[in-house]
Amino acid sequence: MSLSDRVKKLRKLSLGAQPSVSSERAELITEFYEQDHGTLSAPMRRALAFKHILENKEIFIEEGELIVGERGPAPKATPTYPEVCCHSLQDLEILDSREKVSFSVDDRTRTLFERRMIPFWKNRSLRDVIMSEMTEEWKAAYEAGIFTEFMEQRAPGHTVLDDKIYPKGLGNFKEDINARIEALDWLNDPEAYAKEQQLKAMKVAAQALSRYAERHAEKIRDLAHKTRDPERKAELERMVDICTHVPLHPPRDFWEALQHYWFVHLGVITELNTWDAFNPGHLDRHLYPFYKKGLDDGTLTEERARELLQCFWIKFNNQPAPPKVGVTAEESNTYTDFAQINTGGINEDGTDAVNDVTYLMLDVIEEMRLVQPSSSVQLSKMNPDRFLKRAGRIIKTGFGQPSIFNADLIVQELVRQGKSVEDARNGGSSGCVEVGAFGKENYNLTGYFNMPKVLEITLNNGIDPRTGKRIGIETGDPRAFDRFEEFFEAYKKQLRHFVDIKMRGNNVIERLWATYIPTPFLSLLIDDCIANGKDYHDGGARYNTSYVQGVGLGTITDAMTAIKHHVFEEKSVTMTELLEALMNDFEGHDRLKKLLLNRTPKYGNDDDCADSVMQEIFEAYFETIDGRPNTRGGKYHVNLLPTTCHIYFGSVCGASADGRKASEPLSEGISPVQGADRNGPTAVLKSASKMDHARTGGTLLNQKLTPSLMDGEEGLEKFVHLVRSYFKLDGHHIQFNVIDAATLRAAQAEPDKHRDLIVRVAGYSDYFCDLGKALQDEIIARTEHTSF
Amino acid sequence: MNSGTIFDIKKFAIHDGPGLRTTVFLKGCPLGCWLCHNPESQKFEPELMLRESRCDLCGDCIDVCAPIAISKNGTAVRIDRARCDLCGACADVCLSGAIEIVGREVSVEDVLEEIEKDTIYYDESGGGVTFSGGEPLHQPEFLIGLLDGCKARGIRTAVDTSGNIAPNIFRRVAKRVDIFLFDLKVMDDHRHTEFTGQSNRSIHENLRWLAENDGHAIVRFPLHPGINDDAENVSAMGTFLSELPSKYPVDILPYHRIGVEKYGRLDREHKLPALEPPARELIVEVVRQLEVYELDVTVRGERP
Repeated sequence: MSLSDRVKKLRKLSLGAQPSVSSERAELITEFYEQDHGTLSAPMRRALAFKHILENKEIFIEEGELIVGERGPAPKATPTYPEVCCHSLQDLEILDSREKVSFSVDDRTRTLFERRMIPFWKNRSLRDVIMSEMTEEWKAAYEAGIFTEFMEQRAPGHTVLDDKIYPKGLGNFKEDINARIEALDWLNDPEAYAKEQQLKAMKVAAQALSRYAERHAEKIRDLAHKTRDPERKAELERMVDICTHVPLHPPRDFWEALQHYWFVHLGVITELNTWDAFNPGHLDRHLYPFYKKGLDDGTLTEERARELLQCFWIKFNNQPAPPKVGVTAEESNTYTDFAQINTGGINEDGTDAVNDVTYLMLDVIEEMRLVQPSSSVQLSKMNPDRFLKRAGRIIKTGFGQPSIFNADLIVQELVRQGKSVEDARNGGSSGCVEVGAFGKENYNLTGYFNMPKVLEITLNNGIDPRTGKRIGIETGDPRAFDRFEEFFEAYKKQLRHFVDIKMRGNNVIERLWATYIPTPFLSLLIDDCIANGKDYHDGGARYNTSYVQGVGLGTITDAMTAIKHHVFEEKSVTMTELLEALMNDFEGHDRLKKLLLNRTPKYGNDDDCADSVMQEIFEAYFETIDGRPNTRGGKYHVNLLPTTCHIYFGSVCGASADGRKASEPLSEGISPVQGADRNGPTAVLKSASKMDHARTGGTLLNQKLTPSLMDGEEGLEKFVHLVRSYFKLDGHHIQFNVIDAATLRAAQAEPDKHRDLIVRVAGYSDYFCDLGKALQDEIIARTEHTSF
Repeated sequence: MNSGTIFDIKKFAIHDGPGLRTTVFLKGCPLGCWLCHNPESQKFEPELMLRESRCDLCGDCIDVCAPIAISKNGTAVRIDRARCDLCGACADVCLSGAIEIVGREVSVEDVLEEIEKDTIYYDESGGGVTFSGGEPLHQPEFLIGLLDGCKARGIRTAVDTSGNIAPNIFRRVAKRVDIFLFDLKVMDDHRHTEFTGQSNRSIHENLRWLAENDGHAIVRFPLHPGINDDAENVSAMGTFLSELPSKYPVDILPYHRIGVEKYGRLDREHKLPALEPPARELIVEVVRQLEVYELDVTVRGERP
């Protein structure tokens, strides 16, 4: 296996392109909104805005490429979405100058923002509206770092596509919409007019994307005329044909299927800056019929399919995550936009879904070594070990992809949330680790939730010791509690208080999106928005979930265990001593710090003393959130993942009772505190599995393994046993960083020599050298499991 | 007897027999191999171990040491082992974990409880528990209790042995073991005695008996440069193994230096601190020589 010259060149161009802030979309959307649209309904306004962008934006075709279309005017020229949140001049300055994950900003863009965007969007962008609608207590909790809010600067578009676009073109969708409009009950349905507006808007959006594809065809036709290379000319002529055919009509072959999807993808990520990047989901399943047909009738070879997939991969890598503003710039700082393509798993009828395209895709993942798209293995007990071993061979190279999910458990999780078995089997994982019914669900991640901070506030009777402000409720002076149970009750009250604040805020924010920024193009793609005549943001989807992502499970477990063990059970430390030590960040309390670090049961060692506390913490979190109603006819559920937010959350927390110093990162996902697991991976997996993963919508477990543990066929077998065992224990997800610390230190010292080094950070891949130093240090420190 | 002395339990042991395993290390060994990588396993009694890298010189150990066996010497803590009565008070107060009493008396039940925790991994992988040491057969009643307990729980067992044990004990234990990891170090008895402090006669007799009675084993050959890597020793081993009625696979374990640092923690001298691990060419050569005897040879469990 090797890359073709074409792919090598395109890959190099993609890796070498400097991400920049493009003003193109901002100019077009501003131009559109500057006109008076007083009589347009919100969905129609959005559809016409979408049309305006696609009709006027630059079309970019790279020399040699087979799949076309960029979100910006060039690869990695990244648009902004000022109607959602408008970057300030300071934001632009930071983006341009910061060392990691920078976006270059040219003078023209700066001037445009200064003179036009910023004045126009002030108090008009949704973020400004959101902030003005939030209560004082919400703002206080938000500023204290109790939680983050996903939808304050990105659209709630957390969803993944199913197979519906392969047998249907946008023309067919328009027919469906017409039929639905025809069927509106104008006499009995008071919402008939609203539905008609929504449906008409979807139709406008569908037409706009078809026209956008045609514009590509026109540009390619020009290029075909000009080129002298007969081979490329033939290729370009075929591409004209493709871009004229899809996405209006259903794709006829493998190549068209990929281009068809890519246009749809561009539509979604141009319409809005959706969290988390949309992706084709079970691509191996969707492509297999095209692949087989092509091989059977001789129009496709394995090599050609591989090259087309590689070209498709590059398109993802060309689209960095839209640059953020404000607090989220600290909490999740990456070019990666979480597009997680699934492989394997089970078919709708419950059978093994691994096919030849699955293996082809795994080859492509290994050969391309790109951060985007991210990839995952959906491992079912139905799947052969060959599949997992193939993934293991990629993981072993230190690439950090693919991550591994328990496909059978995901079905359980989705069914528990009320999905049909078929919809659940067609679902999977996306973003980091969160589950959804692909093509049928709007599953918003609403924000991260800082569990250790709530403990800190409980220890201070409602006051945030960092600022001295009272942001919580008075749950009692902890020195007055005689029993651990009383203390834990106080924690639960405090937890409820902050969850209520977050939910109230979120319920308002959901309404603001539904009211001001409907999303007609995305609505077109997700069942049952057409049937319901309702927007995706407004409960149009078949399933509507809101997740709150708990962060710092390991840290809060170890801290709570230390309090239980030392203060209430052994009475080896008084609450007064502990509070004083925490207040002083352990200065002058070395002995106590050592006691907490080294003489306390820790989560991650298959020790029930600590693991039972983890279970209590999980149950408290679950009970406080799960099943409560959101505003879209759906419910709140929990998942446990941090992306990189455990660093930000750690920075706002003082010292904690597990011996962690102030401002240090929290533990990530459901992984143990860095270095607290001393009994190897089997113990970590046992501890982690004591949580009832089936009642979550995803948990994230990171394991770092040295490459020597996966040496040879036998090492790979053992890797398979480890993963299969964890999934037998009903674990949701596991990912491996297979790399040695020496390499990482070398990379830290000389980043230029290690730019290709990719490591896994909380659910997605990133280049090691792009990470902040704190995260780099943490990865190095994470216990290396070696077995001598 | 339902208790014995162990010095460690390691989970996710992947080099101690088939599948994913838990290894229980029993303390005490009749041999005194020069290059033992677990020097703390040799004595039957508990010992004091000091990890200087963890010591922050807080001095708490000195304050509690009744026999005044601990002193601070500039930048390090020193233990006068002649004075130390192993009371363990220092280890109790050492919160940084620098001082540790190696070796603890545990009941069969307690060990079994720990072993059982990883049953799901054994079942999934065809693994189980490995009893290692030290020489586990030197605590025969404890070992038999553990083996019987594992059998009752459906857990497969391996015993990592030097083979240096009275044949009647070996035979009692052997009946209860699923597979032995049987060490062969030096074939010449005189040199064996020099290198390990003991004759190899019972070792050879026990292995022969095992082979004659269809016992399962993997022979492990710790390859030590300059000690047992000579053609004479390798061919003697090849001859011995090829003449046994059961054909045992041979797993070569090349010398590594991980154990060297441990000697300092016990204030003991490593006989050959500068000895380097065998070069790859040497390992390949030994494999080749053994394969002449039609033996199934691996290196650290892998095909070379």
